[in-house]
Amino acid sequence: MPKVTYIEFNGAEHEIDLPDGWTLMQGATLNGIDGIEGECGGSCGCATCHVYVDEAFLAKLDPISDTEEDMLDCTVSPREDNSRLGCQIRVTADLDGIIVRLPEAQS
Amino acid sequence: MGAPSAAQAGTSGVVIIGAGQAGYQTAESLRQSGYEHPITLLGAEPHSPYSRPPLSKAYLLGETDQERLLFRAPAFYTDRNIDLRLNCTVAAIDRAAKTVTLAEGETLGYDHLVIATGATPRILPLPGAELEGVYSLKTLADVEQIEAALPGIESVAVIGAGFIGLEFAAVARKLGKAVTVLEAAPRVMGRVVPPELSAFFEAEHRAQDVTLHCEVRIEALLPGEDGRLGSIQLADGSQVPAQMVIVGIGVTPNVGLAEAAGLACDNGILVNDRCQTDDPAIFAAGDCASSAHPFAGGQIRLESVQNASDQGKVIASVITGGDKRNDIVPWFWSDQYDLKLQMAGLHAGCDHAVMRGNPEDRKFSIFHFRGTELRAVDSVNRPSDHIQGRKLMTAGVSPSPEQAADPAFKLTSLLK
Repeated sequence: MPKVTYIEFNGAEHEIDLPDGWTLMQGATLNGIDGIEGECGGSCGCATCHVYVDEAFLAKLDPISDTEEDMLDCTVSPREDNSRLGCQIRVTADLDGIIVRLPEAQS
Repeated sequence: MGAPSAAQAGTSGVVIIGAGQAGYQTAESLRQSGYEHPITLLGAEPHSPYSRPPLSKAYLLGETDQERLLFRAPAFYTDRNIDLRLNCTVAAIDRAAKTVTLAEGETLGYDHLVIATGATPRILPLPGAELEGVYSLKTLADVEQIEAALPGIESVAVIGAGFIGLEFAAVARKLGKAVTVLEAAPRVMGRVVPPELSAFFEAEHRAQDVTLHCEVRIEALLPGEDGRLGSIQLADGSQVPAQMVIVGIGVTPNVGLAEAAGLACDNGILVNDRCQTDDPAIFAAGDCASSAHPFAGGQIRLESVQNASDQGKVIASVITGGDKRNDIVPWFWSDQYDLKLQMAGLHAGCDHAVMRGNPEDRKFSIFHFRGTELRAVDSVNRPSDHIQGRKLMTAGVSPSPEQAADPAFKLTSLLK
C-alpha cells in the first residue's frame, strides 16, 4: 500500500499506509488526524482538507480541476503554489512516499 | 459493564442517543475540548458512525466503499475512550433520576444527555407502499438493499423530487436505468430552491433522458406478475412501469423519546441557540432539533450535515464551558450529474435576486436579497461564490445587487 506522511502544523508526523484509490482526506479522517476536516464528506465543496504537497510529488498529481481551482481560492490558511485539496488526490503506487503538510487552520 | 451509579454525581458523563452526524460530532468535539468524563454514544444502526451524503451519490456508483464512509476507523472510539454501542435502542429517559433505559433493560446514568435521534423517512401513504421493490434512502442498510436489487432492474421511479430523489435519479441514469421522477408539487426541489433553479435542474434531468412529471397524483403502487412492484398507477389513468421505487418525500423528526420525557417539541425538540432543551441537563441536535437561530430570526429545524455537525460542536462547547452558539449561516449541497449545487443562507422573506454568471455556461449563482440585505446564495458549479457568500453573510456584509451580479467584482474585497 502507498505510504503517506502527514505533517501537522505543530510538526507532529503521521506515517500511514493507505489502500490504493483512497484520497488523502479519507486517509486522514479515518486515521484520526485532526488537521484535516473534510466537512463536505469529500465532494470538493468546503475547502477544509487543504494540504501543502511536497514539491517532489507535485508533478505526479492529476491536474487541478476547475472546481478545485475555485475552492483553493477559499482556503482559510494561505494558498501556496503547492496547495491542493486532500479530497481530490487519490493515492496510487506512483505516489508512494508522498509527504503533505497541513495548514494552521481549515475553518 | 457497570453503569455509573447516581452516587458519583458529576462523573456519570455524557450519554448521546444517536450516532449519526450530530451524535458523532458531539462525542468527537467533547474529547477534542478536553472533556475527561465518560462518553457513551448509542447508535441504533449496526455500523460504526458514517457519513450519509455519499449514500445517494458516490457510494451507489462504486466510487467509495463502506470503510471510507466511516467518520473514523473503529479504533478511534476505543483510543478516545468513547463507549460506542451499536444496534442499541433507547426505551426511555428518566429526567428525575438522570438515567436512560436501553431496550435490553440496562440503565445508564448521565450528567448531560444529548438527543440526536435524527429523522425517519416518510412512508408513502398509498396502497402498495409495502411491496417488495419500494425503498427509502436514508441508511446504509437501505442502500445495501438498493445496491443488491439494482443489477436486475431496468426501470426505476423516484417519488418526490427533492435532493435525495434527484441525486438517486442522476445515479440511476449513470448506471443506465430508465428513470421516471414523479413530483406532487409544481416544480422540483420547491421547498429549498427558487423557481429559476428548479427550471434549470428540470431541464438538466430531461436532457439526461429522465422522464420527469410534476403536479402528479399517484393512486397506488401495483404488483407485477411476480408479486413484486411492477408499476405505478397515476390518478390520470396512466401507468408508469417501475421495478424499483425510491420514496423521497421528506422525513419526520424522531421526537418520541423526548415527548415521552415531557420535553417541549414543535416540529422537532425545541432548543435554544446553545442546543439546550427546557431541561438544563438535556441537549438536542441535528435533524430532530428545532433550534433558535439568529440568522433565521426564530426557531428553525434544519436537515443538513452542516447543522448537525455545528450543533454537535456547540453542545461540546457548552458542556466544557465554552461560548459557541448555534449561529452559523446555514449551508447545504447536492451533487447531480456534473452539477454541484451549493446553497448558503435562507430564502425566507427575500424580495429580489440577481444572477452572477450564466446558466448556459453551467456555472452561475443567484444572490437573494431581503431589502438591501444579502440572505441567500445558490451556486451551481461556482463553489467560490458559495464560500464567499457564506463569509459575507457571516460578517453581515451585503454587496449591492450590481456588485453581486458582476462576476468581475471581487466579493471578498468587501470584507477587508
